[in-house]
Amino acid sequence: MFKTRIIKALLAALWFMVLTFPIVGIQVNTTARNINWRWDRIASMGIGIFVLALLWNWCFERKALGLPIIKKLPDSFHYSFNELQNRPLFKKGLPIAILAAMLLMPLVSSIYQTNIMISAMVYVILALGLNIIVGLAGQLVLGYAAFYAVGAYTYGLLYHYFGLTFWACLPLGGLAAVIAGFLLGLPVLGLRGDYLAIVTLGFGEIVRLLLLSQGDITGGPRGISNIPRPSFFGMKMTLDQVTNYTYYLVLAGVLITILVISRLKNSRIGLALQALREDEIACEAMGINTTRIKLTAFMLCSCWAGFAGVIFAAKTTYLNPASFTFMDSAMILSMVVLGGMGSISGVVLAAMLLILAPEYLRAFSEYRMLLFGAVMVLMMIFRPQGIIAGAHRDYHISENIREKASPEDEEGNADSAERASA
Amino acid sequence: MEQLLYFFELFFGGLTRGSIYALIALGYTLVYGIIELINFAHGEIYMLGAFTAMVVAGVLGVYGLPSAAILIIAALCAVVWVGAYGFTIEKIAYKPLRGAPRLSPLISAIGMSIFLQNYVILAQTSDFVSFPQLLPELPFLEKIGSIMGESDFIILVTSTATMIALTLFIRYSKTGKAMRATAQNRTMALLLGIDANKIISMTFIIGSALAAIGGVLIAAHMGQINFAIGFLAGMKAFTAAVLGGIGSVPGAMVGGLVLGLCESFTTGYFSGDYEDVLSFGILVLILVLRPDGILGKAKVQKV
Repeated sequence: MFKTRIIKALLAALWFMVLTFPIVGIQVNTTARNINWRWDRIASMGIGIFVLALLWNWCFERKALGLPIIKKLPDSFHYSFNELQNRPLFKKGLPIAILAAMLLMPLVSSIYQTNIMISAMVYVILALGLNIIVGLAGQLVLGYAAFYAVGAYTYGLLYHYFGLTFWACLPLGGLAAVIAGFLLGLPVLGLRGDYLAIVTLGFGEIVRLLLLSQGDITGGPRGISNIPRPSFFGMKMTLDQVTNYTYYLVLAGVLITILVISRLKNSRIGLALQALREDEIACEAMGINTTRIKLTAFMLCSCWAGFAGVIFAAKTTYLNPASFTFMDSAMILSMVVLGGMGSISGVVLAAMLLILAPEYLRAFSEYRMLLFGAVMVLMMIFRPQGIIAGAHRDYHISENIREKASPEDEEGNADSAERASA
Repeated sequence: MEQLLYFFELFFGGLTRGSIYALIALGYTLVYGIIELINFAHGEIYMLGAFTAMVVAGVLGVYGLPSAAILIIAALCAVVWVGAYGFTIEKIAYKPLRGAPRLSPLISAIGMSIFLQNYVILAQTSDFVSFPQLLPELPFLEKIGSIMGESDFIILVTSTATMIALTLFIRYSKTGKAMRATAQNRTMALLLGIDANKIISMTFIIGSALAAIGGVLIAAHMGQINFAIGFLAGMKAFTAAVLGGIGSVPGAMVGGLVLGLCESFTTGYFSGDYEDVLSFGILVLILVLRPDGILGKAKVQKV
């Protein structure tokens, strides 16, 4: 058993060493005509793959046996953790502690750190917005950066041509993104899942290309610069103050987003969306107009992207189409996937992790996108529900009701039992 | 007369482009036909083909082989290695997800695509690299040189030959028949003793090899490549596959040519600014209006 594992891993290592040889092992300079053979890289590739293959096979063996990949913590620990989780002090205390830490942060950190935190929080808003359509409704949207761009450019252009302020543009940016969402959503939302993904991707690219090519209006690749930061009743503020002010503004935005989305989740629309995710045909059979509900979700999520776009424009004071590529859409999507589709805390955690980790681990930032890609693949294989799984609602008919129903009519009982098993 | 010449120049330019799109689109269509997966990483496979050929051609160029030999060896290496990449990617990213919800393999494919782009950035470079000038001079083209260059001619001939070979392979060989059977009904094919895993691997290898040929041809034609060429080419090829009806092999060929011609004529007669917008626009329109494409058949979703 042990021997076959080693042999398997060795073969995998050998296979990958041959496979990656031309691209990893050779660098040619065609003008200077010299070849750089990088045997060291091939050797480390072999060793790395050997270890990874062992891990990979081990993970699959555990998965096939139905065991969790990470060993469960000892029962006593688990018990005490559960205990802790249920204590009202912990339940209420943890969010308050986090909130207090977030509130105090700009007072102790440098402008640089505050700025990083602001962009992380903008991504939290974006990821939570995308979570409505991807996580709750189960519709894959790959062109999310387009709505983000619509919001950002609404502010940029309205300021540039009409001198409108941040506060006037915030609702307008959201509105513009909603209109864009409506116009795109109306024709495409009847499409099947993977086609919808591709159409939204196409739309995202069209928006970016139009921003690039309409140079007389949007400034083309040069973009729009000198966009003002948010103002506070026309007060004059230093850079330090305005950064802190923006920070609190975005923090408020994040809190509002979390509030709205957690309320939405259990509302009529939210429940319909979750039904849609679980089974589209069954959902339609229950009398839900799937196209309309999808459109609602689509407009809601584009609205959030619009707000985030306006904030982004005000934060960076500079816009160009390079900030709204497919890679940005993919990054926001990977936050949702990594965090756990439909789970608010998971998505917040993943967005923070994906933005802050590369900032603080500089050595790792080069490998950031490589790891994003790998993590997306691995998550789908080993933990499709994400870091923190979103709660799936289960319905159980209580014994009480069942007993009441049975003597009166048999059919009702059968019906409810069927629903419970479904 | 001049107008006619210009027309033919655009026509052949469009055919050249279109045949590259068709080569890549075939990979999408073959894979989709068998496992109903949009192989999002297919554009990156094409890019890997161009890079492998560039590296091999560079090494051989330093040792000073004749350019025609370099081109052929580089193309063969690209086909073999990229076939192997396709095989490996399927084993890692898609095989464990068979039977998973429909969106899981798609997200996995997007992850794979991001991974491969960054793999090339880290292993090679993120800048444009020049591809050595390897195409032979063809004296008989001199008379019509203004409407069709050497690279156009070679691309047209190679891709036509490849597509004919593929059609014959799918129609007459045992593997090709097994592929068609699996595409039609996988359960039935399994009952008849066809090893579906082998057929799926085979499909990925063939699709990747076709993309590699496309990659080598386009690299030789354009003269420079970078890590991002796969994204746009992949999207356009996907458009072509959808245009012709995804899952249909002749559809992918027709779709590729139609898209290439459309692009060439709009660029030639209107403006080059909207070239990419046009193909994405076609993609959106065709998916909305006729998702089964020109040659596809409408399928009703069953419960």
